Amino acid sequence: MAALRAVLGCRGAPALRPPPGQSRGAAGGLLQRLGQWFYEVEVVMAWGERLRQHRLRSRNAYRSFLRDTYGENVAAAVFTLSCGGGVRFEGQDSWIRPESHWRPEVLRLRDVPVVALDLSGSPLNYNGLDNLVPLTRLQHLDLSGCPHLDDWALGRLHVFGDTLQELSVARCPRVTERGLATLHHLRELRRLDVEGVRVPSPGLVRILLEEMLPDCQVLGMDLGDGTGTPTGGEKPPA
Amino acid sequence: MLRWGRALRPRRGGAPGGAPGRPLRTAAPLSSDIFRELGRGLGRLGQTLKDQLPALEHGAGGWTPPGTPAGPRPPEEADVVVVGGGVVGWSVAFWLKALEGRRHGMRVLVVERDPTYSRASTVLSAGGIRQQFSLRENIQMSRFSASFLRNINEHLGVPNEPPIDIQFQPSGYLFLAPPQRAAKLEATVRLQREEGAQVALLSPTQLKAKFPWMDTEDVAVASYGLEDEGWFDPWTLLNAFRYKAMSLGVHSCSGEVQGFITSAEDTVSLQTARIKYVHIHMPDSLEYQPVTCAIVINAAGAWAEEVMGAAGLPGVLCQPPLPIQPRKRYVFSWHCPNGPGFSCPFLIDTTGAYFRRDGIAGNYLGGMSPPEEDEPDTSDLSVDHDFFQERVWPRLARRVPAFESLRPRGAWAGFYDYNAFDRNGVLGRHPKLENLFLAAGFSGHGLQHAPAVGRAVAELVVKGRYESLDLRRLGCRRLVEGEPLEEDGVV
Repeated sequence: MAALRAVLGCRGAPALRPPPGQSRGAAGGLLQRLGQWFYEVEVVMAWGERLRQHRLRSRNAYRSFLRDTYGENVAAAVFTLSCGGGVRFEGQDSWIRPESHWRPEVLRLRDVPVVALDLSGSPLNYNGLDNLVPLTRLQHLDLSGCPHLDDWALGRLHVFGDTLQELSVARCPRVTERGLATLHHLRELRRLDVEGVRVPSPGLVRILLEEMLPDCQVLGMDLGDGTGTPTGGEKPPA
Repeated sequence: MLRWGRALRPRRGGAPGGAPGRPLRTAAPLSSDIFRELGRGLGRLGQTLKDQLPALEHGAGGWTPPGTPAGPRPPEEADVVVVGGGVVGWSVAFWLKALEGRRHGMRVLVVERDPTYSRASTVLSAGGIRQQFSLRENIQMSRFSASFLRNINEHLGVPNEPPIDIQFQPSGYLFLAPPQRAAKLEATVRLQREEGAQVALLSPTQLKAKFPWMDTEDVAVASYGLEDEGWFDPWTLLNAFRYKAMSLGVHSCSGEVQGFITSAEDTVSLQTARIKYVHIHMPDSLEYQPVTCAIVINAAGAWAEEVMGAAGLPGVLCQPPLPIQPRKRYVFSWHCPNGPGFSCPFLIDTTGAYFRRDGIAGNYLGGMSPPEEDEPDTSDLSVDHDFFQERVWPRLARRVPAFESLRPRGAWAGFYDYNAFDRNGVLGRHPKLENLFLAAGFSGHGLQHAPAVGRAVAELVVKGRYESLDLRRLGCRRLVEGEPLEEDGVV
């Protein structure tokens, strides 16, 4: 019989479970009481989730009014500042950050193209990129640590193919090697920071990235855990 | 809470009526009562035997006699019966539930004859999604599906379950056109751009600069999808639809629809009829269950015509016959260490052969559609490996010289639900059977169009008309009137 069980590969006999509520005492009672509210709890959780999504959507909304009135540079700058990021216009050497009184500066520079955006740690997602894609002179883009940035969003960066020189997608939890593969559109890229991006075999991905972007310096993805310094090839990529 | 628990316990222990198992006796028991021992022993033996039996389906239920169908039985009545539990069928079921006015207002039953999906077209496909079609409706459906897949967790996320990751690879489709088809390709790209798809036209020089591994000898122009194109994992999408639909209360059962009872038997005129019952035959058994239904949706994919040929449908009502037939298509997998790298798109060659990257370790998937006269036999899913050696490989190796040395890894076959009439899906109400809706014949695009198709059919059922996408041109009328709506971009 035991052999038969082994051959059939069954998951064993069903465990005998004591009837609920008889042997658990207080804990069973508490769980049972909570169990009565199961659907209510579920609905409240669904509401919470919907509220979170709504908030994310409104923070990433496309500011078409700003763009129509002041042009794409102001729209992108205002969007970035409202996300808590930094903006640098052409010819400037300091970043405009939200804590400084930014509004007059941004409007004064409305005809100057935006060359650098720092959106690290912002709630930027695919829809939020609507505000950025009209930019024509963007050279530096820092998207590190954006929790909602995914592979779909990385696929939209091809619009910066002629200008973008530095890109960071470090520590974005939802970015994978599938999204990194779309960066081959960025022909002018000189520095790419992919530290802390979760990929199955960092060494191989780094080699493929370097092969795909021969002029680009790939930072932060090494053999092993992908966080240390380059240590040479003591471990072949899996 | 503790006090409360304590208060409960004595009441339960001291329930009136005494212990039911207490034997009735008059004298002190013997030290060994053979009959009592026997009873206990038999109980133990029974338990041991029960434990030895394999635990089937429902863990707690233990064992069921052989021949009993696994899984839930079909209910006796349902509002909507969806025939076919592929990705289209489950998408229709999900959207019916998502669009219904009142929670649990509608009982939806999905019937799938192959619960392991061993022959299902959904999971045997290459999993591509593209915007580059030549028909406006197809482009719109693709754009809807892409935005659905992008926000899949908003649509199909189930509370307390991990987020869905369909492993989308946004690499784009690259269509190559020889000189004689260049003008046509440009016209379709213009249409695609009108619909909002991001498609770039590339000259052979640009192509060579972008993809140096390619031989662009006879290419006049190429169109390259920049956004929302690529491939994903079909099995994850199918399961996501299934779990979400079931969490919304859709019933499912394994069985095969092999018969209908229509109102044609009651009436004299045979112009139109309604389906009253669907006979669902249990797998591996002669048993069947008639299910009373208000609406039937035929989403049986390649076997949609077979369903229509089932017993009970008068032949007059099935005219014109659905031009949908299964066609076997092979997908080959190979390894080529120095093949196209990270930037490899989903390439459609001028000859019709296609390939894509599979993972990052130098593996590729590809195939091609055979010419009309060489269609393989569709009775099974066996693979003709010579087809790769003689047809596919030479074409691909000419396009990508690195493929001259490659190592085949494996192959499988799947069915296209091929619409021989005009290679487009047939969608909407059946012309003669009033409560039958069709959603089949997508000729290899069913997976990528499933979210849009499900929504369109559900709108037709719930609201009576198309709301989000106008797909009236894909209806059955073109079959009746004999006006094909051609799609050029069938791979």
